[in-house]
Amino acid sequence: MTNEWPLRSSTLRERTATAVDDPVLRANVGAATDRFRTKRTSALARLHDPDALRSAARGVRGDILADWAATLELLADNVQANGGHVCWAPTGADANDYIASVARRIGASTVVKSKSMATEETGLNEALAAAGCDTVETDLGEWIIQLAEEHPSHIIAPAVHKNRDQVADTFEAKAGMTERVTEPTELVAFARRELRRRFLEADLGITGANLGVAETGSVVLVTNEGNARMVTSMPRVHIAVMGAERIARTWDQADLVLGLLAKSGTGQALSSYTTVLSGPRGEDEADGPDEFHLVILDNGRSDIAGTEFAEMLNCIRCGSCLNVCPVYHQTGGHAYGWVYSGPMGAVLTPLLASQTGHGPGEDHHVGELANASTLCGACMEACPVEIPLQDLLLGLRRRNAEHAGLAERSMWRAWAAAWSRPGAYGASATVATKARRLAPLLGRLPGGSRWTDGRDLPDLPARTFRQRWDAGDV
Amino acid sequence: MSEAPDRRPDGVERVALFVTCVGELVEPDVPVAAVRVLRAAGCDVDVPEGQTCCGQPAWNSGFTADAARVAGTSLDALERAVADGADAVVVPAGSCATMIRLYWPQLFSLAGDEAASARARALGERVWELTELLDALPDDRLGLGSVAPCAAVYHQSCHMLRELHVAEQPEALLARVDGCDVAEWAAADQCCGFGGTFSVKLPEASVAMADEKLDVLPDGTEVIVGADASCLMQLRTRAGARGMQVRTEHIAQVLERALPDDGGADT
Repeated sequence: MTNEWPLRSSTLRERTATAVDDPVLRANVGAATDRFRTKRTSALARLHDPDALRSAARGVRGDILADWAATLELLADNVQANGGHVCWAPTGADANDYIASVARRIGASTVVKSKSMATEETGLNEALAAAGCDTVETDLGEWIIQLAEEHPSHIIAPAVHKNRDQVADTFEAKAGMTERVTEPTELVAFARRELRRRFLEADLGITGANLGVAETGSVVLVTNEGNARMVTSMPRVHIAVMGAERIARTWDQADLVLGLLAKSGTGQALSSYTTVLSGPRGEDEADGPDEFHLVILDNGRSDIAGTEFAEMLNCIRCGSCLNVCPVYHQTGGHAYGWVYSGPMGAVLTPLLASQTGHGPGEDHHVGELANASTLCGACMEACPVEIPLQDLLLGLRRRNAEHAGLAERSMWRAWAAAWSRPGAYGASATVATKARRLAPLLGRLPGGSRWTDGRDLPDLPARTFRQRWDAGDV
Repeated sequence: MSEAPDRRPDGVERVALFVTCVGELVEPDVPVAAVRVLRAAGCDVDVPEGQTCCGQPAWNSGFTADAARVAGTSLDALERAVADGADAVVVPAGSCATMIRLYWPQLFSLAGDEAASARARALGERVWELTELLDALPDDRLGLGSVAPCAAVYHQSCHMLRELHVAEQPEALLARVDGCDVAEWAAADQCCGFGGTFSVKLPEASVAMADEKLDVLPDGTEVIVGADASCLMQLRTRAGARGMQVRTEHIAQVLERALPDDGGADT
C-alpha cells in the first residue's frame, strides 16, 4: 500500500467534509450515480427473477472460493498449457517487481495500460516509472485522472467526479489540447487521437482481469471502450494482473457472473466488449502478443478466507454498492482515501490493510472507514452476489471497538451500567427533562457542535413517557 | 433475513408496548399516541416495567457486551410481559423493531449468551412494528376518520424498509385517513443521514444527506410523516436550521388525530 494516499494523512471526517463542501463534485457524482442506478434498475427489471440470480451467484462464488487453491492451480496449469507464464505475487511489491523485470528484459520504453484496480492497489505506475518506463493509461477515465495526477474515485468509472469542463481543463493543461472542446464526443475524439499514437509505440500492454476461467486458462476483460483489445493485441507482450479471488472454474459459472456484472454496474445487458484471452498468439493466428503473463495477486486476500469477512472475497467489482450508497452519493470516492470506495471499499480496505500490518490497533485512520455508513442497507440490497456488506461493516466496528481508547470504552460501559438498571434509566430520563433549559448549552460542549453546526437541537419534553404513564395521563 | 413466522393478528388483544429510549426521553408523544391508537383498535395495552433501550447505539458502534447488557434488561422485561399474557410486543420505531427481531439473537450469541439468544429468537416471533400490526388487523378493529387537511410525504426508514420489509403498511394506513394527502416524494426511500452515531461522527455528510431529501420535497409539503422518531428528528432539526417551514409527525400521531373521538388526546 503506497503511503501518499490520503487514507494515512487525514481523517475520514476531514475528507468527507471537504467533499461535501464541493458542490461541483457532489453534482458530478450525484448525476453519474443516479444514471447508473436508474440503468441498473431497468436492466434487472428485464430479468425474470433477479433475486434468484443474485442468490445463485452468491452460491457460485461461494463454491468457487471453497475450492480456491485447486481452482487457482488449474487456472495456472491451463495458462501455462496455453503457452503463457504465471507469476504468483504474494504482495503488491512482488507483482510490481515481476512486471518491471519483464519490462526491462524486453526493453520496453512505452507501456500502455487498460483499466485495472489491482494495479492501483500495487502502485504499479510508480514502480514502472522508477524502472524507466513511460506508462500511459488508455481507459478514458483512467487517462484523465492520470493526466490530472489523481486517483480513481469509482471502481468502474474512475473520473466520475469530473464534468466535461473539468476534463477539457485537464486536456488543455496536461495533454496539449490547443483548441478547447467540451462536447463529450469531441473530447473522446481528442483522446482517441492521442492514445492511438501511444498504442502504436508500446512494447508492453498491461490489463487487469475481470475473471480468470480455470477450465480453459482464459482471462476475461469487460470494457466499453475497446482499448483493452488494443492493449492486448498491439504490443509484443501482454501482462494481465488479476486479484487472486477473481476466478471461476467453469464457463457456466463465468456466464452467471458476467451477466450480473454488466447489469449491476452500468445497467448494460453485456458490456460493449467482453474479451476472452487464452494465452499468446498461436502459430496459426494473425493477432495477439508474443508473450502472455498472468500475475495472480494475493496482497492480503488469502488471509480473509476463513474469517467472518470471507464473503468480501465474492465481490465482482461491479460498483453497484457505490452507486446506491447515500454516503458515496454525497462524498464521491476520494473521501474513502484509498483505491476502493463506497461500501465495498469501506469493508475491503481495512481488511487488506490489516493484512499488511495496518490493522485497527495500529492505524486508526484505516479502521474508521467502517464508520462511513449509516447502515441503511442499500448496498446489501444492490449487491449482485448478496455480500452482507452491512453485517461486515458491523463486524469491522466490533473489531475497532476491541482496540478503542479508554475514553470510548468507559463511555459505553457507563452507558450500559446505567441503562441496564431500570431505576438508573428512569433517573437519567428525568435528568434529561430537567436539563431541557440547559439544552442550548449542549451546543457549546466539546463535540456538541458536531450536532448543532447545521442542525437545531431537538426540544426535550417536560415529562418523560413513564412519568405521564405513571400519572395516568396516557 | 428470515421472514416473520406465522402471525395471526386477529387474536391480538393484549399488547406490551416497547417505548424505545427516544420515545421515553425525547418524543414521549409518540408512545402516547401509539398507546391510544392500539387501545382504539381494541387492544389492552401494557407498558412493561423494567424495559429500557434495545441496545442499538452500542451494537452499531461495535460494543457488543455493553449492548447485550442493556438489551438483556429489556429482554427480561418484555419476556415477563409475554409470560403474563401479552399476545404481542409492539414497537413504534422501525429501527428498534429491527434490532429486537433480527439482531438480538446475533447480539446475545456474540456476547456468549446462547440462552438469551434463544429467548430473543422466541420473543422475536411476538414482536411487531406498530404499523405492521395495525395494518394486519381486520379493518373494522381500527376505525380511522379524518384530520385537518395537510400536504404530507412519507419517509421510508431504512431498517424498516430493507430489513424488516415493512414497506407498504404505513402508507396503506395513511390512505385510510381523510385529509392526510400523501404526495409522491422522489427521495422517500433514501436514508435521512441520521444513522445514530454517524450523525456526529461524520456530521457534514449526515447533514448533506438530509439536505438531499429536503431539497426535493414536493412544493407545499407541510409535514413529513415517518415511523421512526429518530429519522424525523434528523429531518426536522435540519429543516429548522435551514429555516424551512416543514413539520414532522410520527405516523402514530397522525393516526391518533384521525381516531373518530380523538381518543381523548390531551396534546
